[in-house]
Amino acid sequence: MTTTPAPADEAAGPLLHIENLHVAFGGNPAVRGADLTVAPGERVAVVGQSGSGKSTLAHAVMGLLPGSARITDGTIRLAGEDITHAPEKRLRDLRGRVVGLVPQDPMTNLNPVAKVGRQVAETLRTHGLADRRTAAARAVELLAQAGLPEPERRARQYPHELSGGQRQRVLIAIGLACRPHLLIADEPTSALDVTVQQQILDHLQTLTDELGTALLLITHDLGLAAERADRVLVMSQGEVAESGPARRVLTDPAHEYTRRLVAAAPSLRAEFRPRTPAPAAEPLLQVEGVTKEYRLKRGAAPFKAVDGVSFTVARGRTTAVVGESGSGKTTTARMVLGLLPPTGGAITLDGTPVAGPGAVRGSGRRAVRRAMQPVFQDPYASLDPMFTVEQLIAEPLTVFGVGDAAARRSRVTDLLDQVALPADTAHRHPNELSGGQRQRVAIARALALSPSLVVCDEPVSALDVLVQQQVLTLLRTLQDDLGVSYLFISHDLAVVREVAHEVVVMKEGRVVEQGAVEKVLGAPEHPYTRKLSGAVPGATVGVS
Amino acid sequence: MLRYLGNRLWQSALTLLLASVVVFGGVRALPGDPATTMAGEEADPATVAAVRAELGLDQPLVVQYGKFLTSALTGDFGDSVRTGTPVADLIGATLPVTVQLALYAMAIAVLLGTTGGVLAAVFRGRWPEWAANAFSLTALSVPTFWLGILAVLYLAVHLGWFPASGYVSPLDDPLRGLHHLTLPALILGLAHSAVVQRQTRGSMVGTLTADFVRTARAKGLGGRAVVFRYGLRNSLVVVVTVVGLELGGLIGGAVVTERIFTLPGVGKLTLDAVFTRDYPVVQAVVLVITGAYIVINLLVDVLYTLIDPRIRVSGGTR
Repeated sequence: MTTTPAPADEAAGPLLHIENLHVAFGGNPAVRGADLTVAPGERVAVVGQSGSGKSTLAHAVMGLLPGSARITDGTIRLAGEDITHAPEKRLRDLRGRVVGLVPQDPMTNLNPVAKVGRQVAETLRTHGLADRRTAAARAVELLAQAGLPEPERRARQYPHELSGGQRQRVLIAIGLACRPHLLIADEPTSALDVTVQQQILDHLQTLTDELGTALLLITHDLGLAAERADRVLVMSQGEVAESGPARRVLTDPAHEYTRRLVAAAPSLRAEFRPRTPAPAAEPLLQVEGVTKEYRLKRGAAPFKAVDGVSFTVARGRTTAVVGESGSGKTTTARMVLGLLPPTGGAITLDGTPVAGPGAVRGSGRRAVRRAMQPVFQDPYASLDPMFTVEQLIAEPLTVFGVGDAAARRSRVTDLLDQVALPADTAHRHPNELSGGQRQRVAIARALALSPSLVVCDEPVSALDVLVQQQVLTLLRTLQDDLGVSYLFISHDLAVVREVAHEVVVMKEGRVVEQGAVEKVLGAPEHPYTRKLSGAVPGATVGVS
Repeated sequence: MLRYLGNRLWQSALTLLLASVVVFGGVRALPGDPATTMAGEEADPATVAAVRAELGLDQPLVVQYGKFLTSALTGDFGDSVRTGTPVADLIGATLPVTVQLALYAMAIAVLLGTTGGVLAAVFRGRWPEWAANAFSLTALSVPTFWLGILAVLYLAVHLGWFPASGYVSPLDDPLRGLHHLTLPALILGLAHSAVVQRQTRGSMVGTLTADFVRTARAKGLGGRAVVFRYGLRNSLVVVVTVVGLELGGLIGGAVVTERIFTLPGVGKLTLDAVFTRDYPVVQAVVLVITGAYIVINLLVDVLYTLIDPRIRVSGGTR
C-alpha cells in the first residue's frame, strides 16, 4: 500500500498548492495560469460564471479532467507531493481518501441501480478502510452524520426513492466517508431549494469543522461564497481575477469584473430597485380559488397540487408567484396558460372566462391564447434547434395568420431591436447563441403577437448572474414601454424583488402570504416567507 | 409483483387469442387452395369438393375458427394436410431443434456482442473500437447464406472440424448434439452479435460519460469496477431489450440457416407448409411463434424490474 501524505506532518506547508495552472480542451484554454492555495482546515471558495474554468480547476485537482482536456503547464501539489502528472494508480489512491468530492447535481450523481448504503460503503471498501460487513454498518453511521433521517432504512433504498436534498446528503456522506484532508464541493447545492440549500451548507460546514477537513467550494454565487468561505477567489475566462478574504472581496472589490459581479448579484444589493408604482390599474388576469387535484391511487384521497389559489395580475404590472419545488407554482402557471385544466375555481383574462364555469371555446379560446404568451425556464430546450431566429419569432405570427411574409419579416426586425439583439441574429440558429441571447429570442417570440399578458416561468434561473440582470432589466423596460403584464414564476426571492409589484408566496399548493412586494419581502408576516428570505445566500453579508 | 404478473399473463392470453384470429384469417386470405393441392392439379371438381368437405373447408369460416380454437386449446392442431401426421407431433419434433439453435446462437451473440461493445466504448477513438466496428459491420453486411456456405466449405468439408449438416438430439448424445449445432449457431450468432454490440456500445458510451461514473472515479474506484459495476450494469436494460427482440426473431425460424445445414427445425417446416398451403401446420407454427414472442417479452419485462429498480412496479415487493 502506498503511503498517505500526512498533512499534519507538513503543518508549515499548504495542503493544496496550485501554481500557474494551464488547462486546455484541445487547443482552447479553459484555465490560464491559475494560482491557488488551501491551508489545512481552511475554507476557500472559487467563484465564477459558467465557462470561467472553476469546475475545470476542481477536476484538474482530482485528476478527473474530461476527454480532451489536458494540463498544459503549471503544477498541482497535494500536501507537498506533485500530482500534476501523477499516474492513474496513484491518483486513484488519493481520490476519495485524501481528496473527496461532493458533485453538483444530486439527481445524476448517484448510480441509479445501486442502493445508497452500498454506494457509501463502496468508498470505504475501495480504500480498504472496512470489510464487507463493517462497511455496511459504517455507511449507515456516515449517512446519519450527513443528516439523512432514518439512515438504516434509507441505506437500503435506491436513489430514485430519495428527494434531491436527501440524495445530496448521500453524496456528502460519500465525499466525507474516508475523512479526506480536502473536500471539493462543486456547486453542492445549486440544484436545491434555498431552505434545503441552507441546511445542507450548514451541515457541510459543521462536518468539515469537526473533521478538520479543508473545503474548496466551487460556486457561481458570490453571496454564498462570502457567507461560507474564509477566502474567495474570483475566476473569469480561465484567469483568477481577484482573491482575498471573503468579506473584503465583497465589500471592496479591487477588480472590475468582481465589481460587476457584486453589483449584479440581486441578493447582495442592499437597496431595492423598487418598481415605479404604476397608477392603480384594473386587474387583467383574475385567478379565483383555483385547485388542481391528482388521483394517485384508486380509493385514496386525491393529491392537491394547487389548493384554492387566488390572485390577480393588474394591467401593465407584474405579479410574482414564489415558492420552492413542489409548491404548485408551475402548475398554476400552466393552468393560467390553458395547458392544464383546473379541477376547480375560475380564471378570467380581461373579463373573458378562460377556465372554470363558462370558459370560452373555439375562436374565443384562440383569441385568449393569442393574448397570453409564455417564456420558459430553459432557453436551451425551449427553442427548436432546426429553426432560424427569424422563423422562431415569426412562428406565432404565422400560426395566427398575421400579415404577409414581408410584414412578418419587418415585425421580427422590430422585435429583435426591442430585445436588444442585432438584426443579423435573424438568420442564425439557436445553437449559435448564448443562453442570454436565446432567452431574448424567447422573449421576442412571446411579444410577437403583442399579448396583454406574458407568463414567465423561471425565465432567468438558467442564466449567469450578469446575464440574469440584463434580462431582468430588459423585462422591466419592455413593461414600461409596452404596458404588458407579467405573471412571473420564480423560486428566487432576490429576483422577484427586482421585477415584481405584487408577490404571492406559495407552499405545498396553498398561498401563505400575498401583497405588495415591499410589504411581503420587506416585512414578511408568515414564518415561511421569513424562512425563505433568511435562506437566500448572502442575506447575512449584505453590503451596506 | 404477483398482481403485476397476473395482469401480464391475462394480457398475454388476450394477445394470443387475437393472434389466433389474425393467423386464421391470414392463412385463408393466402392465394391457393389446399384441396386443389391435395387432389392434384388434374383432379375433377367433384374430387376437389370431396377433399374440401373432408378437410372441413366447406363450412362457414366462423365454424372453422371455432373448431380450430377449441381443439388448439387442448393441444390438437389437427393433421397436416400434406402428410397426415398430427401437427402437434410435427411441431414437437422441430421446435426443440430451433429453440436449441436460437439459444445457442444468442449465447454466442451476447458473448461476442457485449465484449465488442464494452471494448468499443471503453477504448473510444482507439484501435479496439475500430476493430470492433469493422467486425460488426462485416458481420451485419455479409449475408448469412454466403457466410454459411463458406463455413461449410472450409470449416466442415475442407478442415473437417465440424459436421457439414444434420442434427443429433442432445438427449441421445449431448456432445455430438452440441458439435452438430456449433457451426450453424456461430453463423447465426455472428450476424446477431453485431446488433448486440452496436447497442451495447451506444448505451455504454452514454453511461461512461454520466455524472455518477465521474463520482465513482472520485471515490477512488478503479477502471474495472467503473466499467462493469457502473457502465455495463447500467447498460443491461438495452442489452436485454435487444436480446429479447432478436431471440423472438430467431425462434420464428432461422429459415436460411436451417436450410443450409439441413436442420429439421421450425423454419424448414414453415417453408414447406407455406408452399403446399398446409393450413393446419402454418396456423399452428405461427401461433407457437407468437406464443414464444409473448413469453420472451414477459421474461424481458420481468428482467427489467430486476435490473433497474426504477422500473419496479408500484405496490411491488418493498
